[in-house]
Amino acid sequence: MMLGFTRAQASALVAMIAIIIVAPAVLYPVFLMKVLCFGLFASAFNLLIGYVGLLSFGHAAYFGMGSYVAAWTAKNWHFSSELAILSGGATGGVLGLVVGWLAIRRQGIYFAMITLALSQMVYFFCLEASFTGGEDGIQQVPRSPLFGVIPMQNDMALYWVIAAVFLIGFLLIHRIIHSPFGQVLQAIRENEPRAISLGYRVDDYKLLAFVLSAALAGIAGGAKSQVFGIATLTDVHWSMSGEVILMTLIGGIGTIFGPVMGALLFGALETYLAQFGDWVTVTQGAIFVLCVLAFRRGIIGELGNRLKLAL
Amino acid sequence: MTVSRRMLLGGAAVAALPLRARAQTAKIRIGVLNDQSGPYRDTGGLTSVICARQAVQEFAARGFDVDVIAADHQNKPDIGAGIARQWYDREGVDMIIDVPTSSVGLAVGAVAKEKDKAYVNVGAATADLTGKQCAPSIVHWSYDTYMLSKSTGGSTVKAGGDTWYFITADYVFGHQLQRDATHFIELEGGRVLGASSYPFPGTSDFSAFLLQAQSTGAKVLGLCNAGADTVNSIKQAHEFGWTAKIAAMLMFITDVHALGLPVAQGLTLTESFYWDLNDRTRAFTDRVRPKTPNNWPNMIHAGCYAGTLHFLKAVQDLGIAEAKRSGTAIVNRMKAMPTDDDCFGKAYIREDGLLMVPSYLFQVKTPAESKGPWDYYKTVHTTPADEAWRPLSEGGCYFVKT
Amino acid sequence: MVMIFGKPLILLYGQLTLGLINGAFYALLSLGLAVIFGLLNVVNFAHGALFMLGAFVTWGLLTYLGIGYWPSLVLAPLVIGVLGAVMQRTLIRRLAGLDPLYGLLLTFGCALVIEGLMRNQFGSSGVPYAIPEALSGAVNLGFMVLPRYRAWVVIAAAVMCLAVWLVIERTRLGALLRAATENAPLVQAFGVNVPRMVTLTYAAGAALAAFGGVLAAPMNSVNPNMGTNLIIVVFAVVVIGGMGSILGSIITGFGLGIIEGLTKVYYPEGSATVIFVVMVIVLLLRPAGLFGKAA
Repeated sequence: MMLGFTRAQASALVAMIAIIIVAPAVLYPVFLMKVLCFGLFASAFNLLIGYVGLLSFGHAAYFGMGSYVAAWTAKNWHFSSELAILSGGATGGVLGLVVGWLAIRRQGIYFAMITLALSQMVYFFCLEASFTGGEDGIQQVPRSPLFGVIPMQNDMALYWVIAAVFLIGFLLIHRIIHSPFGQVLQAIRENEPRAISLGYRVDDYKLLAFVLSAALAGIAGGAKSQVFGIATLTDVHWSMSGEVILMTLIGGIGTIFGPVMGALLFGALETYLAQFGDWVTVTQGAIFVLCVLAFRRGIIGELGNRLKLAL
Repeated sequence: MTVSRRMLLGGAAVAALPLRARAQTAKIRIGVLNDQSGPYRDTGGLTSVICARQAVQEFAARGFDVDVIAADHQNKPDIGAGIARQWYDREGVDMIIDVPTSSVGLAVGAVAKEKDKAYVNVGAATADLTGKQCAPSIVHWSYDTYMLSKSTGGSTVKAGGDTWYFITADYVFGHQLQRDATHFIELEGGRVLGASSYPFPGTSDFSAFLLQAQSTGAKVLGLCNAGADTVNSIKQAHEFGWTAKIAAMLMFITDVHALGLPVAQGLTLTESFYWDLNDRTRAFTDRVRPKTPNNWPNMIHAGCYAGTLHFLKAVQDLGIAEAKRSGTAIVNRMKAMPTDDDCFGKAYIREDGLLMVPSYLFQVKTPAESKGPWDYYKTVHTTPADEAWRPLSEGGCYFVKT
Repeated sequence: MVMIFGKPLILLYGQLTLGLINGAFYALLSLGLAVIFGLLNVVNFAHGALFMLGAFVTWGLLTYLGIGYWPSLVLAPLVIGVLGAVMQRTLIRRLAGLDPLYGLLLTFGCALVIEGLMRNQFGSSGVPYAIPEALSGAVNLGFMVLPRYRAWVVIAAAVMCLAVWLVIERTRLGALLRAATENAPLVQAFGVNVPRMVTLTYAAGAALAAFGGVLAAPMNSVNPNMGTNLIIVVFAVVVIGGMGSILGSIITGFGLGIIEGLTKVYYPEGSATVIFVVMVIVLLLRPAGLFGKAA
């Protein structure tokens, strides 16, 4: 056991790190960075659905606002990379606090619908507000130097930063799940009335989990805006909320590596199908249907189940 | 065990990705990047690709290989910029052309600037491409917001439409058009009586704003929107029995065709190309029409043809090695050589990258006036090239010496 | 000119009427959602897609078969009703007994597939559909010019809502339906074929959405995205009204349409968000919704 990892998880982690190190030699680094950003985003989302049992249908709001604010601070206040990304995370967290505070009043599908409606409101806000640049988004975001000194213009230099951000976020999520706090969250997921009767202030736990998840989503969004030098409405649109659900669902809800695997597959799928009209949407929909009907554990969940391992 | 399975999965995904660098050849590659499935697929889309290929075909006999690839940017700046990045980095694309929708146009502009690659924008309206966000490797063909506002706004006032009401899509592009048009309307002595802005996108019912417009008694209804929104607002104005003039700030012959003359008649709009303008435009149209029989060329399609042709001429003049090395070098050569093609005639590209051609204010014919297929426009006013565009000194382009 | 809060009365009346029209669509769609949710415990995310398909079937009937608007008013809901029944039988039924969230995800997937296929087929800019001859033109009501077609939409939607309400509250079939909502096994024990009733209920909800689609077809261009933006607003309407009551969803639907219309007069930029703001206020004051039973 290290950091709460089982042996199997530790070997998978080592494998994942090895892949992260080797991959840019073979694959287009910009593509990999996108996968890493989405992987962190999906892992953050998974913290909520996998370990608290709350389906947020509005996670694009935190991802997108994180992306906007990181882009804005990098461009207008000349924040260095790490500060810009952190400012995105802070934005996600604050927004998550407001939305979470409202949404945890209801459960299940109502929770899903409320988060969706509020994220749509955030979308309209981004469309109207002047700092987001409306349709244009925030463009020509500089890749600011790390710590103000190390230049990031080179794709590979940025890649290592993004990989580090991803790994820190990933390990943090793992740490949260295996902390006493995380254990309470899982107790709430399994049986909320019992958790209440045991004296836990369930709403406080849920809210904190929501804020953490939103903040990490904001960090992922901020990282994405550093990679592409642009923050746009795509990141706050409801379809992004749907995509992150899909990534988590394919990979395996409630598994640690599932969301990352989901993000990789999703990224590959999107890149592949981008040239064929709107087949991306159709395929996404079909995978949703398939996963829900026959494959609810997802790839990693299914794999873990076969091997009798928690991954 | 786990490790190897993960590796296997990872390996499979890696093998499946088409992202490895392609070998660079001595071939010139042109990428047409535009909307092929959305609201602008008729104004640009496949017909733009056909027109770019037409230019390549007409140029073919002159020495080097050229191929044209195309992609759909879905009107999303991040997708557009992503494709552009990959095209320039990995696919050996030397020039990207078309790129409608201002937001995407600017995003691709940023990539072209960063990578020093040639970029001929035709489809986007924003005047910032040759102004605040200009770059030495960017050329802007066919039209921009300034030219549209000056012609449709200013010239309509000259023709008697002196009181206006605007219906404006509530986003950067809509407001920019309204602001520019208001400037020219007031310059010519007209007045703007009011304006409604509506949430964009997602509004398809304009009746509320039409009622508001009607209650002011304005002589001209100005539409500061584009694509399906423009078409919807015109249809609904028709439904409400709108009798005064309608001026569409951004509209193409392809939109007129979609609306049909009974609804579209009397509309005023501005383009820099019309297939029936003169012998040369008719000759060009006759050549491409068999390839796109249901969608005749508008000014964007014409720009994709003319821009590609002029680019190829400059490549030949400069030499292929130098052309592949630097986008700025090739665009400088494009600026140095006068343009001459069937669509726009003889013209030139100004220092900031803008093509200097006249703009035409057209009025849509009545069904009775129209003599044949696509016979839609009569010319109301021509603004000569040296007056049609924003003066060089006002653009704020950083590398222009004034 | 009579003014109210600095805006001409004419304009106000005009916007109220137009708000009523939007409200009619909200009411039709949230009604269908409520009926389906009541019996199946599924939040039908595909509702917007079914609405859109209704409009496309209307367009297709005219374009390919020459069948006009009036027969489509019956035919399109029928076609979509059958499609709904098939969806329920082949897909949704398999989720019985699982967390209702899976139903939400499944129907979301269905919506993506349907909309994606339609976009591939017809592009995203849409196809035109003309207003039927008998309803074209406008009448001058003195305080405003009202296009005849829009008046028809409000009346047709209101009548349809009322009819659905009567069926559920005043007929034996409705009584069975309500009983099955409360306790399905018991109703089954009385010899009622509950699975068939579930299928028919989903079909009826789908047909209601399609009916809305037919009404919408001549007003806007028929396009593959027309349902998506609407469904998210309708979700907010449902949260505001509370999913418990049929009458509640009708009243909330129309009411929010009117509020939205008023916003267009006084603060147009806020018209896209006002319903969500109302939702936040209702959540703070009455988390179960205006007409919902407390959890």
